[in-house]
Amino acid sequence: MEAGTPQVVKLEDLHVAGQLSGRKHILSILVENKPGVLARVAGLFSRRGFNIDTLAVGPTDDPSISRVTLTLDGAVHPIDQVTKQLHKLVNVLKIRDMEPEETVAREMALFKVSSAVENRAEIIQFAEIFRAKIVDVARRTMTIEVTGSADKIEAFERMVRPHGLVEMVRTGEIAIGRGHD
Amino acid sequence: MESLKAEGVKDVFGIPGGANLPTYDAMIDAEFRHVQVRHEQAGGHAAEGYAKASGRVGVAFATSGPGATNLVTAIADAMMDSTPTVFITGQVRTELIGTDGFQEADILGATLPFVKHSFAVTDPRQIPEYVHEAFHLASTGRPGPVLLDIPMDLSRADIDYVPRTEPVELPGYKPSTEGNIKQIRIAAKALASARRPIFYTGGGVINANASEELRELADSDRFPVTSTLMGLGAFPASSDRFLGMLGMHGTLTANWAMDKADLIVAIGARFDDRITGKLTEFAPHAKVIHIDIDPAEISKNVGAHIPIVGDVKQVLPKLTREYRALQTDSSRLDEWWNTLRGWQDAHPLYYEPSQNGEIKPQFMIEALHRASQGDAIVTSDVGQHQMWTAQYYGFDKPRRWINSGGLGTMGFGLPSAIGAKVACPDEEVVCVAGDGSLIMNVQELATCVTEQIPVKVFLMNNGYMGMVRQWQELFWDRRYSSVDMGSSPDWVKLAEAFGATGMRCDDSADLEEQMVAALEHDGPVLMDVRVAREENCYPMIPPGNAARDMVEAPRKAVG
Repeated sequence: MEAGTPQVVKLEDLHVAGQLSGRKHILSILVENKPGVLARVAGLFSRRGFNIDTLAVGPTDDPSISRVTLTLDGAVHPIDQVTKQLHKLVNVLKIRDMEPEETVAREMALFKVSSAVENRAEIIQFAEIFRAKIVDVARRTMTIEVTGSADKIEAFERMVRPHGLVEMVRTGEIAIGRGHD
Repeated sequence: MESLKAEGVKDVFGIPGGANLPTYDAMIDAEFRHVQVRHEQAGGHAAEGYAKASGRVGVAFATSGPGATNLVTAIADAMMDSTPTVFITGQVRTELIGTDGFQEADILGATLPFVKHSFAVTDPRQIPEYVHEAFHLASTGRPGPVLLDIPMDLSRADIDYVPRTEPVELPGYKPSTEGNIKQIRIAAKALASARRPIFYTGGGVINANASEELRELADSDRFPVTSTLMGLGAFPASSDRFLGMLGMHGTLTANWAMDKADLIVAIGARFDDRITGKLTEFAPHAKVIHIDIDPAEISKNVGAHIPIVGDVKQVLPKLTREYRALQTDSSRLDEWWNTLRGWQDAHPLYYEPSQNGEIKPQFMIEALHRASQGDAIVTSDVGQHQMWTAQYYGFDKPRRWINSGGLGTMGFGLPSAIGAKVACPDEEVVCVAGDGSLIMNVQELATCVTEQIPVKVFLMNNGYMGMVRQWQELFWDRRYSSVDMGSSPDWVKLAEAFGATGMRCDDSADLEEQMVAALEHDGPVLMDVRVAREENCYPMIPPGNAARDMVEAPRKAVG
């Protein structure tokens, strides 16, 4: 008897593997560092109607390879289909769909907040609570750097918005697998 | 040029221009044939026809700018139909790139959505390497178009060609071909359990040259087979187990069989919307075994219960072996066959025969089948005539039916016939053209004449863009908008002006005889066949409907 296959396969027992995961996914993609690669990745997403929530690109420890980290909503897109389409790009070397429990994910954001004298203290206090850094102070504004999960950055945004958010810049998440002992 | 020769290239198609002058200078001494077409799009389609007829990689050249952009339709067409092709474009000199130089176009950017892969040459020493990689990518895995864009200064550079000894290795490209044996065993057992199975085969079977393997699997029991437009000929149409084509203009039996099946075995097919009709109502009772070389096709449109990623040529023999080993009782299929035969008897392909010598388009295809002994390579344009050819010609062998399925490119027929004839000079190559389509690439009659490529064009002339007219009649209250082609051109004179032979036929009694004469003629022929003007193509699944709602040709009341 063959290992691993049942004696009889009944059609009613066959099922299609689940399609929508319903959660946010972080895909960590290693690509060849060649001209046009990012256009290929981005073009694939727009062409197939997949929405990218965030996208971050940077070098790796190997200069011939870059890493693209992108997040997308698994409630809207079948992640399996997204990764299979990505794999068809010849310059894409490896794709990891990061498991949330096994992953450290970080994003950085810069907030320019209007800071009249009377609410400056409160903003500084928020920054301390969020372990954020004040990186620039002008007469009417302060710029604060926040690093953390996307949730933390969004929480900080909610706190400072009532004080007058002049501008916000976010990098998009990057992620790395947790180490194993 | 040396790299192309090393890839076994025998024929290429194209047009020279400023930015590929160095390449064309080298073409004079090249050991392969260059067919000088009259429009780059046609060169691209010729390369496709070449590839589809022979299985070899088709190659087309164009210059930069407009030459390159003229290729875009052909590249997109090759992508949709997975045709192994390499397109080589000239580009402006390196220092001009990005300056909006004369005849500069970002062809790499423009074609990104339509290529399997593309290369921009930045150093002349890359050229041989990229050529070999391009041929490897175009012809392996799921085949497709690969673009190579070479700036003029780099194609001009003198480099030494060092013959390649190593096979091409691309770290990001490893198609899996074998098929997971565990999945194959489960598939065999599912087949053994099925009482209403159907094989749904597509162009992948032809691309994989797996017709024999398909026949052996189908012969391992009495499995019914239907095929997509692109897969016709992979399984013989004359087999009594072939249910005809499926899809929007497929047979009623094939579509109803999909609707009632308990197990669909999809082989090298991709559940295109023209196959499924309304997706939510597609094959409601069926489990799906999906065998395809491209993992991204699996569960893209229709969820697969048993996915098998692999080359069908490798997977099918394994499935046959596993299935035979189960020694199932084929009488379980009796009831299914009774049902299918009942449908076939009650709902054959049907058209109202003409009473007055008027040529019915369906009759024209039947006459062509007889005149060519059913053994020609047939190309077509896109529209009603394409569907009638698919329905009525009856393809028994693979690579005999060449058409634009996925992109649906009007004007594909004549240039792809040129490509097919160049690839297979000893075969009879005919093009069934539509009058709306043929005019879009009619300039290629000049290519046929000057390059002595004796293709035979049978123009199904109803004076309309017939399929669009049919939709306007059926779904837009007969409000005909810009579909009447008028009486221009005079096709016989046009053919003669190009130096080809023009013929005309408007009587069904003479048609077959005239077709034989056209086929026996030495040079290229264009026969203007005047057919019934407002004939509709049936059966039809109205757009957005389910297969079971298929509409048949209305029959005149028997009085």
